[in-house]
Amino acid sequence: MDLLDFARGPALTFALAIFVGGTLWRLFGVLLLPRLRDLSLPREGAPAPLAGALRTIARRMWPRREFAQATLFITLNSYVFHIGLAVVVFGLAPHILFIRQLTGLSWPALPSNLVFGAGVITLFALVAVLARRLLHPVVRLLSGVGDYLSWLLTALPVATGLLASGHLGARYETLLALHVLSIAAFLVWFPFGKLMHAVLFAFSRGATGIRFSHRGVNV
Amino acid sequence: MSTATATPLFDKQGEHSDEARVDAAMRSFVREFGVTAALHMESCVRCGMCAEACHFYAASGDAKHTPVHKLDLFRRAYFREASPFAPVVRALGLVKKPSVAELERWQELIYDSCTMCGRCTLVCPMGIDIAELVKEARHGMFKAGLIPERLALMDRTARQWGSPATPAEDLPDILAEVSEQYNVAIPCDLDHADMLVTAAPAELGDHTKALADAAKILNRLGVKWTMHRAGFDASNVGFNNGDLQLQERLTRALIDTAVKIGAKTVLLPECGHAYGAARWEAAKWYGQALPVRIVHMTEFLDEVISAGRIRLHQIGETATFHDPCQIVRRGGLEAAARRVLAALGFELIELKDHGIAGYCCGGGGGVVSNQRAAPLRHKVFEIKKNQVEATGAKRFVTSCGQCRITLEMGAKHAHWDRKTESLLELVADNLAD
Repeated sequence: MDLLDFARGPALTFALAIFVGGTLWRLFGVLLLPRLRDLSLPREGAPAPLAGALRTIARRMWPRREFAQATLFITLNSYVFHIGLAVVVFGLAPHILFIRQLTGLSWPALPSNLVFGAGVITLFALVAVLARRLLHPVVRLLSGVGDYLSWLLTALPVATGLLASGHLGARYETLLALHVLSIAAFLVWFPFGKLMHAVLFAFSRGATGIRFSHRGVNV
Repeated sequence: MSTATATPLFDKQGEHSDEARVDAAMRSFVREFGVTAALHMESCVRCGMCAEACHFYAASGDAKHTPVHKLDLFRRAYFREASPFAPVVRALGLVKKPSVAELERWQELIYDSCTMCGRCTLVCPMGIDIAELVKEARHGMFKAGLIPERLALMDRTARQWGSPATPAEDLPDILAEVSEQYNVAIPCDLDHADMLVTAAPAELGDHTKALADAAKILNRLGVKWTMHRAGFDASNVGFNNGDLQLQERLTRALIDTAVKIGAKTVLLPECGHAYGAARWEAAKWYGQALPVRIVHMTEFLDEVISAGRIRLHQIGETATFHDPCQIVRRGGLEAAARRVLAALGFELIELKDHGIAGYCCGGGGGVVSNQRAAPLRHKVFEIKKNQVEATGAKRFVTSCGQCRITLEMGAKHAHWDRKTESLLELVADNLAD
């Protein structure tokens, strides 16, 4: 078994198992904790809890006017790398093929040059994220090993993917194996660190939406 | 016994060992983690955007005042003891248990430089309600005997008197004096009434006019109301201090007294934390919806004005309004306050940051009573002062007595010649025949 076979075979299978099992464990480990019902009388005209949750989930896609200026860079940069990652992960033909093998689902691919361009932009945006984390006193204070690891394991698949696409630096098979291994590492880490926000964000926003819509506040 | 030092900023209550303090805090922390608190602990991406919303960070520029950083020890307790991976975290020693020295240093962050105003909650892209988590963290600090001594003193007094400032047995005499001074009837200890009226501590001290003005309006409306020794102070210092037992006692004093005298409504004073404690949290002690309606003074004024039960003289000047955080951002009464201002004939010029995104006065959550927090609080005041001046409005109004005290103290320190007026007092002073 060569490196590529190992990456595509046992490594990826193991990673996917940890990813799915760990994500479900963490999500349900939280969702099954005691739920304290809000017994106070709701504000007259308050929306139903689900509507309140959905409203806040949607509203937090963009900062309020008062905070827009101060958070402009991080907001725009975050949009760039989140959309960039989505384009790269779900737009490249070989990725769609992989997902079809795994789930049976498929959709039309984007032109590979466009995906390559998105990958380059994403990598630059991720470098900007790291620079901010290292240089901004607030973000530096908040950052721990897990935050840097999350960054590294997000950036590595993008970087190795670009190298493989460009046939740069090593044999294509080796680059592809490294790319797949970096994805496996991402998947293994996903349930344990903050990458999990990709799942948790809706629940977290929704809980606050429920709390405040009950009080007649649109947060 | 208590020990107060200039630096680091912490006090201690009781004679517990260091280990007992840490254990008490940890036991309390773990009990707080229901599904919402846990979701909020789990979903932080460490982006630091919350700093941009915090008045303490804006005033100091110090990274330690970043709201989510103020939760650091609570967060560590969560990941060690309550998260889905807690056994692994403990077994591998990935997160250290907080030490007593860390808890002591932490006091400054969650008591001196957080008013639980929740502006950070508005900016967080994950929607984390940081203010609520700070309140929950304070429960553990209280159990550990590690709260600012000023707040602990108020706590001990409230446990004994039912109020941090006024012994319950003195209430009839105080009300009689206010009644005489302002020539208004203030019923006390009636056996039956439709409305139980409550006060904030200052209204039995420096702000007696607000109390007399409430009486004037209620009497004009012909409401059958009373104040009562068994439940008169709505400010609820237990809510601010993290003393859940006291919070429950003070809450029950209001609700049980209202039920006993057959009141259908408890009228809260112009006080923010009273609203948070009674309107949104009281029901949890009863396990069901409350048998009485809880109404804030602003809400009450809005209702009686909108229903045409009182009419007002038109002031016809420009005014700006400070939104008290517990009443507006965390309470939902943004529109009510503005309708009352409009009914007074004010031309409202909004502050740059207003409504649910308004800046805190800097004194909520017990910070105004915590004298060692004063230097930072004065810096925070500059934000409000500058925004008020920028409006060019002639009058400056708010609807929370605690905000008024904070803003008056700030103005005095800054030699700023502006009065902070009470919405209630303006209504009472402008009642039309």
